[in-house]
Amino acid sequence: MAASTLAAKAAGRSAALDRAGELFEPALRVWTGVVFAFLFLPIVLVVIFSFNASRLVEVWTGFSLKWYGTAWTDPSILDALRTSLIVAVANAILATIFGTLAAIGMQRVGHRVRTAFELMVYGTIVTPEIVIAIASLLFFVTINFDLGIPTIVITHVVYNTSIVALIVRARLIGMDRALDEAAADLGATPIQTLRRITIPLLYPAILAGALLAFTFSFDDFVLTFFVSGATSTTLPLRIFSMLRFGVSPVVNAVATVMLVVTLTSIFTASLIVRRHGRGEGEAGLLLAAARSAAQRRAA
Amino acid sequence: MLLAPAAVWYVAFFVAPLGFILVFSFLTSADYGGIDYKFNLGNYPQLLKAPIYLRIFLNTIGMAFTGTALCLVVGFPLAYFLATRAGRWKNVFLIMLIVPFWTSFLTRTYAWLILLSDSGPLAHVLRQAHLLQGDLGFLYTYKAVLMGVVYNYLPLMVFPLYVSLERLDKRLLEAAKDLGAGRLRAFWRITVPLTMPGILTGCLLVFIPLTGEYVIPAILGGAKSYMIGNLIGDEFVSAHDWAFGSALGMAVIVLLMVLIAIYFRLARRATSAEMSL
Repeated sequence: MAASTLAAKAAGRSAALDRAGELFEPALRVWTGVVFAFLFLPIVLVVIFSFNASRLVEVWTGFSLKWYGTAWTDPSILDALRTSLIVAVANAILATIFGTLAAIGMQRVGHRVRTAFELMVYGTIVTPEIVIAIASLLFFVTINFDLGIPTIVITHVVYNTSIVALIVRARLIGMDRALDEAAADLGATPIQTLRRITIPLLYPAILAGALLAFTFSFDDFVLTFFVSGATSTTLPLRIFSMLRFGVSPVVNAVATVMLVVTLTSIFTASLIVRRHGRGEGEAGLLLAAARSAAQRRAA
Repeated sequence: MLLAPAAVWYVAFFVAPLGFILVFSFLTSADYGGIDYKFNLGNYPQLLKAPIYLRIFLNTIGMAFTGTALCLVVGFPLAYFLATRAGRWKNVFLIMLIVPFWTSFLTRTYAWLILLSDSGPLAHVLRQAHLLQGDLGFLYTYKAVLMGVVYNYLPLMVFPLYVSLERLDKRLLEAAKDLGAGRLRAFWRITVPLTMPGILTGCLLVFIPLTGEYVIPAILGGAKSYMIGNLIGDEFVSAHDWAFGSALGMAVIVLLMVLIAIYFRLARRATSAEMSL
């Protein structure tokens, strides 16, 4: 009697588990859909409302480009855009040079030096952005270095050098060293080898790194906020200060423009990597880049 | 030689500034910003003396744990789907996961401000459906910050989970099934232990930057969701207490170093468990 109820109970439970099992597959699909909706909904909304004729957020009164016009004729926004572009380009150039050389250099030094150098590379990535921001602010103010575009660039380059170095190094590790050696055997000087063999082979990774560095810088808020001083304002800083007066369609328009710039440079980076790449490794490289950059950006 | 430019840059603009805040954390703040070069051990005890600071630290750690746990719970099924069910759409899904991530951080967080505001689209839809009277009241709360955190940090969790789930040998699950283990049991006894390295890495990737988070609480949060990052920032922006702000910064670095050490210890144990299986 007792045994049969137990058996019945067990059977009932496994039937329940089976039913739960049947639900498992659809539940998994639904969940994936919900999460992707969650990820895209807010962004899509910003873009849609930037074309809204009404100045209210909740009602759609028709298509209009007037907020883009307003943004385009606002000198403070244009000024911020110009500052953002200057900073992002300068940062990308410096970080790409430093990072590429560092990645190549890391292969050619002893174990000890490399470990010490890697410690700094990872250190810049792990340290919270807010801590680097205040440390840099303190540093510049104490040594009487005027805050402005140069200090923004300097601070951005620290982090972006690490990003470029990691991306280029990922490709370097998968590369055939025999080519370098062959060039040397054929009488090329180290500098010739670097210029004619190594750099061209690394080109996709270098370009991808440069675009990621540009994007990070164009988007950065925390570092810039603390080291920009009173006179230089970038686009993210401008958006942030506009937010204090509440949500407005102009902010949507500016945010949409930023979105387009960022996504364009990212997709260009991935296209370059894809065209020159050889499948799997390249996708992994881009993912790694996305991960490390995003990790810091999120900080 | 090739390392020189980067090394010089790191030392001058990364190591030196960190050295500065270490030194400044033992000095005295001047009245209106700036610093007096007087040795002072009082900045660190000040941290423990006033309950408000301790509460902000605990708040931050609580937020970091809750946020990490939520990312794990939300992200695991997604990573599982991508690794085992997505088939040839895998890469498309992965790219779709990165795309929102690559839009401006500020824009993403700001987007929630629109969506959730009391006059925003969500409140509007809910009112039309008679599901809501009055205001939504979701913005500027702890929950709003938590949601912003999950939104912004989710991909950091999903990628490492995806990588370790994809490597998982499916034959082990079949073997477990053949031996009579139910789906749940196989999940707990096989899938979870074997993906532990991915779980730990994901948690670390989320937890570390989350501890120093500044923007999300600043935009979506209210007084109760104030985090260490905001406190540090305000010591420099409005309170002008540089010495104490430096001490706070050092405290965060030490806290993170302890957490990373714990992570490596756990990760080593997890990999050795994997070996023994």
